[in-house]
Amino acid sequence: MEPSLARYIWTHTKKQQVWILMIVLLSMIPYFMSFDLPKLIVNGPIQGKGFEQPGATQPFMRLHYNLPFIGEVQFFSGFQLDRTSTLFALSLVFLLLVVINGLFKLYINTYKGRLGERMLRRIRFELVDRVLRFPPFYFKRVKSAEVATMVKDEVEPLGGFIGDAFLQPVLLGGQALTAMLFILVQNLWLGMVAAMIVVIQIVLIPRMRRRLIVLGRKRQLTARALSGRVGEIVDGIGAVHVHDTSNYERADIAARLGLIFKIRFDLYQWKFMVKFLNNFLAQVTPFLFYMIGGYLVIQGRLDVGQLVAVIGAYKDLPGPMKELIDWDQDRQDVQVKYQQVVEQFTVEGLIAPRIGALTIDDPDPMTNPLSAISLSIADDGGAMLLDRISLQVKPGETVALVSTATGGAEALAEAFARLNWPDSGKVASGADDLLELPEAVTGRRMSYASSDVFLFQASLRDNLLYGLKHAPLTSVTYDGAAADQNRWNIHEARRSGNPDLDIHSDWINYASAGATGPNDLIEPVRRVLDAVVLSRDILDLGLRSSADLTRHTELAGRIVELRAALRTRLEHEGLSGLVVPFEPGAYNKEATIGQNLLFGAAAGPELADRALAANSYFASVLRQAGLDRTLYEMGMEIAEQAIELFADLPPDHQFFQQLAFMSAEEIPAYETLLQRLKNRPYEAVSENDRAMIVTLSFAYIEPRHRFGLLSDELMSKIVAARNRFYENLPSELQNAVERYDPARYIAAATVMDNVLFGRVGNNHPDAPDRIRSIVYDILDELGLYAELLNVGLDFNVGAGGRRLTGGQRQKLDVARALLKRPDFLILNRPLSALDQRMQDKVLRNVLEEARRDGHSPAIVWVVTNPAMGMMFDRVVVFDSGRLVEDGTHETLLAGNGIFKELLS
Amino acid sequence: MLLKDEVGMLQRVPLFSGIEPTKLKLLAFTSDRVSYSAGQILFRQGDEGDAAYVILSGRADILVDSDSGPIKVAELVPNSIVGEIAILCNSSRTATVRAACPLEALRIRKDHFLRLMKEFPEMTIEMVRVLADRLSHTTADLIDARSAK
Repeated sequence: MEPSLARYIWTHTKKQQVWILMIVLLSMIPYFMSFDLPKLIVNGPIQGKGFEQPGATQPFMRLHYNLPFIGEVQFFSGFQLDRTSTLFALSLVFLLLVVINGLFKLYINTYKGRLGERMLRRIRFELVDRVLRFPPFYFKRVKSAEVATMVKDEVEPLGGFIGDAFLQPVLLGGQALTAMLFILVQNLWLGMVAAMIVVIQIVLIPRMRRRLIVLGRKRQLTARALSGRVGEIVDGIGAVHVHDTSNYERADIAARLGLIFKIRFDLYQWKFMVKFLNNFLAQVTPFLFYMIGGYLVIQGRLDVGQLVAVIGAYKDLPGPMKELIDWDQDRQDVQVKYQQVVEQFTVEGLIAPRIGALTIDDPDPMTNPLSAISLSIADDGGAMLLDRISLQVKPGETVALVSTATGGAEALAEAFARLNWPDSGKVASGADDLLELPEAVTGRRMSYASSDVFLFQASLRDNLLYGLKHAPLTSVTYDGAAADQNRWNIHEARRSGNPDLDIHSDWINYASAGATGPNDLIEPVRRVLDAVVLSRDILDLGLRSSADLTRHTELAGRIVELRAALRTRLEHEGLSGLVVPFEPGAYNKEATIGQNLLFGAAAGPELADRALAANSYFASVLRQAGLDRTLYEMGMEIAEQAIELFADLPPDHQFFQQLAFMSAEEIPAYETLLQRLKNRPYEAVSENDRAMIVTLSFAYIEPRHRFGLLSDELMSKIVAARNRFYENLPSELQNAVERYDPARYIAAATVMDNVLFGRVGNNHPDAPDRIRSIVYDILDELGLYAELLNVGLDFNVGAGGRRLTGGQRQKLDVARALLKRPDFLILNRPLSALDQRMQDKVLRNVLEEARRDGHSPAIVWVVTNPAMGMMFDRVVVFDSGRLVEDGTHETLLAGNGIFKELLS
Repeated sequence: MLLKDEVGMLQRVPLFSGIEPTKLKLLAFTSDRVSYSAGQILFRQGDEGDAAYVILSGRADILVDSDSGPIKVAELVPNSIVGEIAILCNSSRTATVRAACPLEALRIRKDHFLRLMKEFPEMTIEMVRVLADRLSHTTADLIDARSAK
């Protein structure tokens, strides 16, 4: 990148800089005109100069100039106006000038702001673009949070400076020079005095500022290191807690903050010191004028008029000088920041832009063998990971790489994936160096998965399909305002040197997954997920989440059919006792009283959980149904029982898991509440206390808690209250609850709850598992399996995929590599988090899936267990960075080498 | 059956007879009430032991695998406890338990059971007593078997 900020700005904005300078110069004309006008107004119409005779008129807008050699020339004789009219006319002209000046200012500021923002966008993009092109080893040394803070924060002040980068010195310099010249013309000696002070300022102040620059650089580096450390704490929070090092981290952060404070305070002190000196020098000049000038006047060598003129002219000098010096400070500040960032982003061995160039059309298959030619790779410490390895993998061949602990097979796999660059030798595809091939070839015709998986914080689907998003494949047509917005987006992107690729286009390369479009993509997706044995996990996720009905319409449309199928199946298998369905006119004994009352899923906070009992409409319904008192008494009974049972237990006792009514922390509060309310009549209890008690009864399930509090009469009252609740539901609660309706899908509930539409009996310990497998069967029979899989694929995997288990992440990575059906599939201990049995199963599935439909990709698999080598055409054994054995499983087994040793 | 009835039943189980009723109530409350139909398996020989069961009503057979198929070695009647050995020894189940008719039981989870033993020495002593009793029976049976040879 361009090391000098000024040159960088000039290269990209010279036309705009010149344009804005012209505009500024143009804006000077009305600006100076507006200075002269008040004098005209006061002297003319107000004081009556030129209007001494009543009815006298003066020309208005007379254009006449005194040209050299030609003399007075009149262009326009003007309108003759009387005194009042002249006042109005001149005042209106003044108003007009105010508007024009304002508009000029608006235009100039907007223009400068936009110029700065465009440059900022350009710089940021360039930085990220470079990150995308950094060689792999660079990432071993940088902290991601530091790079982020450079792109985001450190270049930010540049935006504000860029608009003024050239304009300010030209303007202010001009002003200062004019004032200086004027003083010199008035009196040479006084002029020399003023010039000398200015020279002192120009020489001294920047010198003093050098320290400011040094401090500024330190401030930037320490702040960057701080964000790096904060990022590390976040990423390594597990290690911090496991080792009780949180106080070590606190100390480290406090020390860093202390250092930053010190630097910033130094900076502060020095800055104001410089400011003081600068102000002082500016004020010293008039002192000299008064003393020397006054002396000269007394001596009679200077007349008073000249002295006054010099002093008058001098007041125009410090302003621009000060601003000029401030500008210079800004310039140095941003220059330092810019240089710091550029240094960090200037890296040897940047990947050439053509390697990552956008390629729409799919490249031809890689039909050449992949070979390592005398390949050596050393790690950062200089130890040889691979020592002059030569190996060729033919298309269609399956190779197991077996490695001792320091074997180096993993480094070879990384070299094949271009994640580790050779120190000597090379990896070649046919005759081409692999590193010279565009990513459009290697990224589409080769696939790589390893044990070190990175997932983006997005849905499972986005992560799975990530490997197919190489280029925007459709052009989106926008209408109306969206079209304007899109045009603007493209225009601005180009002005800032950004690409105008449309992120909203469909980037998914369906063909490479073997699909024709979004509609049949689920088939290959399902197959790869089956192959890595991940489908069941995703289906479970789907069952437990609530489906987005705008996308999963089929599930909602066929919910009645689905529920009926489940009932029939349960009856058929004699299991109808497992699930008690929700029926609008009946009490469901396996559900809580709260669920029976609400008989719906809370869709907002108003009626969810604890808020239900406190809701005033709900309380009024209970009152009308004659339930308020009953439920209050029930709540009191439950509170008593719960406190009797749990009061002496320590709060961390595992029995508390069984207590659904209240948490261990709430027990003391309920204890005092109970004491207070014990003998108080119901009418005397406050609304809040009532809600506290009634809410306990809402969690009650008779077959589970067995307190014997539910009578037939109470149940029928509850069902009646349920109907009453929905009859007069106020409009503000309409969206807070979705009523259970056997014929409708409930968007706020999970898919499982929707299919069950009831509660699983509490006294069948294995019921949930049995029901789940029945539900899967039914979904499959009804052809809704793919739909549920789609719901599960909506699951957001969390930051870095941490909401999935390690095993699930690895499986997803392998599925992603399989999905694009590559010519070369490189798998680097991809399933290390799984047990051996599962690894074997996935291995078998993957080999089969990769070869489906007559495909025959070459597969290079770094195996965790030598026995897995049996499944491959060829086994290559590494030890201490050398290739020691190469052959079929049988031949190696027959030999007496390391492989046999490893196997035993 | 309500919680208080269960407490009454638990009191009749020898193992729990020394424990005061409020604690038994807590035990009953934190345990799962489970029902089985005839022929359903409570647990299988070789499974990991995760809970003990107190039979509240109905009967169950204790079966042990042998070369000639499962052999019934004992029968469980209401108020008896089963499955506690595997919990104590962290071992797998030594026998299979199958409901002989519709059965109601209280399922006490392993961690709850161990916690109870820690908190109620009476219960632990009773437990040791029962086990010692069983051991002396087994020893007597062994002597009988040896001398009969």
